[in-house]
Amino acid sequence: MRYLCLIYDEEKKLGAMSKSESDAFLGEYFAFTEDIKKSGHYLGGEALQPVNTATSVRVRSGKMSTTDGPFAETKEQLGGYYLIEAKDLNDALQVASRIPSAKFGTVEVRPIQDFS
Amino acid sequence: MSGIGNSGDAASDVRGVIDTVYRTESRRVLATLIRLLGDFDRAEEALHEAFSAAVEQWPRDGVPASPRAWLVSAGRFRAIDALRRRTRFDASLAALASELEGQTASPVEWIGEETLEDDRLRLIFTCCHPALQPDAQVALTLREVCGLTTEEIARAFLTAPRTVAQRIVRAKAKIRDARIPYQIPGRTELPDRLDAVLRVVYLVFNEGYSASSGATLTRHDLSGEAIRLGRLLVELLAEPEALGLLALMLLQESRRAARTSPAGELVLLDAQDRSAWDRGLIADGVALVERALGSGPPGPYALQAAIAAVHADAADGAATDWAQIVGLYDVLLRADASPVVELNRAAAVTMRDGPAAGLALIDALLARGELADYQFAHSARADCCRRLGRVDEARTSYTKALELARQEPERRFLERRLRELE
Repeated sequence: MRYLCLIYDEEKKLGAMSKSESDAFLGEYFAFTEDIKKSGHYLGGEALQPVNTATSVRVRSGKMSTTDGPFAETKEQLGGYYLIEAKDLNDALQVASRIPSAKFGTVEVRPIQDFS
Repeated sequence: MSGIGNSGDAASDVRGVIDTVYRTESRRVLATLIRLLGDFDRAEEALHEAFSAAVEQWPRDGVPASPRAWLVSAGRFRAIDALRRRTRFDASLAALASELEGQTASPVEWIGEETLEDDRLRLIFTCCHPALQPDAQVALTLREVCGLTTEEIARAFLTAPRTVAQRIVRAKAKIRDARIPYQIPGRTELPDRLDAVLRVVYLVFNEGYSASSGATLTRHDLSGEAIRLGRLLVELLAEPEALGLLALMLLQESRRAARTSPAGELVLLDAQDRSAWDRGLIADGVALVERALGSGPPGPYALQAAIAAVHADAADGAATDWAQIVGLYDVLLRADASPVVELNRAAAVTMRDGPAAGLALIDALLARGELADYQFAHSARADCCRRLGRVDEARTSYTKALELARQEPERRFLERRLRELE
């Protein structure tokens, strides 16, 4: 079964990291990604640019409106994701708990809807 | 079955047997059907079908040698049959039916004693999965493991049946859709997962032991269910903390008759008639505490049970070994620090060293703010002040406690204390 792991971090905290701290953090991410590629869990994943680059789009009565910023202002912001293949929720939670950001932020694990 | 002449009696005998089998076996059969059919709702339907079949067939064919195995087979067969019939409308069910049919070859394999007991544990761990809301864990456990009806659960928790039903429906949907596995957690996950199970059991016990609001102080049925669950856990998985929790519940339960007066007034530990304590429960509880403490570093439940055992051992409040109780609270604080544990320790220090020592600790705790809205912090402070003759402060603190108290017997107790100050 496929699960999407949505990674929420406090951008402020990440921004306040020193060069060596953020290098180490990135290193953890590279190692983790390698790890779940080897274990067969990895289907995909990306990091996102900060929320100040976000634009939200809505179409109402055929008219498009765009606003600067994310869908919702929150303390922690969506910063990236992994799409994984896992046996069940326990397996998915084990993988999610090893995502480096789980130590500081929150990882939301959502099963993928299967329409087949 | 032989002879038509006595069939009326025989049939009602069989009905009696079926009722008994339902009470003793239906939860085990359900636990196994959930594993075999992979779905809570399908398993419940199958359980219902299996008992309908028993009502139909047992009076005619006799009670099978192993009713449990018979019910599992009948339930499984009827569930697969129902899926087959529905395949006419939904083709995807055909694959599922074949899969369910093919997965297990020999009946012995899915109804062996060990597998069955494992199924009961699987059910408990799944109902108490941390990915489910705490309220839903409690409702699902009482419904599926204990077999309470939605109405019974609602009554016990003073909520609407509809709310309870919704919680259960949502929890089952999450188990299915997010694929929460029907599994006993492995060694590494076990401590955390067991904690979640024990928390649910203790919550059910406490809800029964001291209802958080309302007129009755005890709702015995829930405590009874929690103790049954605790016994089941100990039987299936004798982990030290499971032993500790069962011990704690039994020791608290042993005082039930003594903690309310005939008029329904709350009686504090100190003033309880100890001859009304249930010695049988105390003996069971103490034996379990010893087992729990004998197997590795003690956890929070075993330590709380040990404290309750020291109380149970004393002839009266004055004869209680308060030094040992303070010592146990010190260990408990290291295992599981919380302001409430600190408050309880302060109360024990009051008994050991006098009200001035206790008051100093309680005031320091209250100054930290976490217990500002905790009724028992204010009533404990009031007690110390009263014993020190500081009447005005005692009055202020009893009044504050009274504002926070929600339970009638507790309110009456505090009002009585306030009157006694005049």
